[in-house]
Amino acid sequence: MTRKLLTRRSALTGLIGGGSGLLLSGCERIVQIPGALSMLESAEQLSQHGQRLVLRQTTPLAREYPRSEISKNFKANGTTRPQSEDYARLAMTQFADYRLKVDGLVARPLELSLAQIRELPSRTQITRHDCVEGWSAIGEWTGVPLSTLLQMAGLGNGTRYIVFHCADNLAGQGLYYESIDLVDAYHPQTIMAYAMNGQTLPIPHGAPLRLRVERQLGYKMAKYVMRIEAVESFAAMGRGRGGFWEDQGYEWYAGI
Amino acid sequence: MLCIAILLMSGLQIFNAHPRLYWGDTGNEGDPALFEIYAEEQLEGPPIGWTKIGNRIFDTTGVLGVFTDIDGFLSGRAFPYWITLPSTQNLAEGRRWHFFFAWLFVINIFVYLIYGFARRHFQRDIAPSGADLRSIGRTILDHLKFTRARGEEAKRYNVLQKLTYIAVIFVLLPLMIVTGLSMSPGVNAAAPFLPELFGGRQSARTVHFVSMLLIVLFVIVHILEVFISGVFNEMRSMITGWFAIRPERGDSKGSKP
Repeated sequence: MTRKLLTRRSALTGLIGGGSGLLLSGCERIVQIPGALSMLESAEQLSQHGQRLVLRQTTPLAREYPRSEISKNFKANGTTRPQSEDYARLAMTQFADYRLKVDGLVARPLELSLAQIRELPSRTQITRHDCVEGWSAIGEWTGVPLSTLLQMAGLGNGTRYIVFHCADNLAGQGLYYESIDLVDAYHPQTIMAYAMNGQTLPIPHGAPLRLRVERQLGYKMAKYVMRIEAVESFAAMGRGRGGFWEDQGYEWYAGI
Repeated sequence: MLCIAILLMSGLQIFNAHPRLYWGDTGNEGDPALFEIYAEEQLEGPPIGWTKIGNRIFDTTGVLGVFTDIDGFLSGRAFPYWITLPSTQNLAEGRRWHFFFAWLFVINIFVYLIYGFARRHFQRDIAPSGADLRSIGRTILDHLKFTRARGEEAKRYNVLQKLTYIAVIFVLLPLMIVTGLSMSPGVNAAAPFLPELFGGRQSARTVHFVSMLLIVLFVIVHILEVFISGVFNEMRSMITGWFAIRPERGDSKGSKP
């Protein structure tokens, strides 16, 4: 009886496996063809422009939740403590010597201490964080709107993207970086957060300062931000795709 | 069909990145899961692949959770390599496949719906008539007895077929699209009511997964039925509209030599 069951199961598995195997090897061969993967990647443009068509018109906010909905279990993903000596030195004094640089295509480059950043008008929002892996968690974030910093620095003409340079070297593959365009940079919920759930931002979640871009996936929300740069193009950075995970093949537009 | 196969396989690749399902808006490791697949390392011997549905747990070593990978070594992913696209763990590429074919699929189903209504295919062939609904009991019995439709009756969809097609075309497939959109943070901002329809983003992910299972079930049963009732005839009728009815013994009354 058991023998029969096993053979039937393995026969079925073999049958389905054979069929999908054919499709698989076909598909995987297709991706080897130059241009095929970029054809697949063209769907990102459709998703981005489709969403932007709606999002640009009305500038809707991502949903904000009541405090009672805050997740007790908010996983810190990616780097949970940057390994560099420079970062360790900053952390030792609770980031008293930290200076956020805002430069690139700006009229007035800035260097701000954490105390100066905390004195700027702040925004607090309780939002849902969606990871590209599939999980979600709700947290409360307090920080300075990115638009405030950009106005202080005075964005130059020709600026198309804001790039975030970070202190963490994830998996030894180079320093983490991210980029967003001006639609998201000026969105009211796009903030540089220094507090989470009413407490100083913990190191696993990106202390001293992390980006929140609430209408995109978690990997866009760079942690351990050291420098904000206004640029016309990010083609010369990393592998030219606009971010750490983007360089590994993930979408630059992570609204989906 | 190709669209659905690729969406299924790349979808399972995406699921593998976090092989747990929840109810509500949030969910993460440490939160109670409705469904999960995981590998458990053993002190001695190979790891065990577990599949947990609600409170019940099944040993699925070999197929789900733990399986022999394409390279011959044991792997601890949820769905095995032969049903995920790409076959190795590669969320980024899985997403590229999924979203490209999701767009194709949406365009496809849109054209099909317009065509189906315009040519009155849905109204004429798929909407069940009153007589159809009254015959539902007999049709179920016929199915259970594997009695097949004969003569003119075989040309039309029977009532169970009609109801199933309605469920798939007008419920399951649109549900896949809507639950898919409900997982997008961008779409969520533009249409916050979408995830709320299902009780939250993680619920939408769960409904997406369950409707996927139902569509797979439909496809398997559909293919089996085609095999049972004659592949050549059915395929020809699907593509060209010609359907041959085998003359039956006893039908030839009055033509005795």
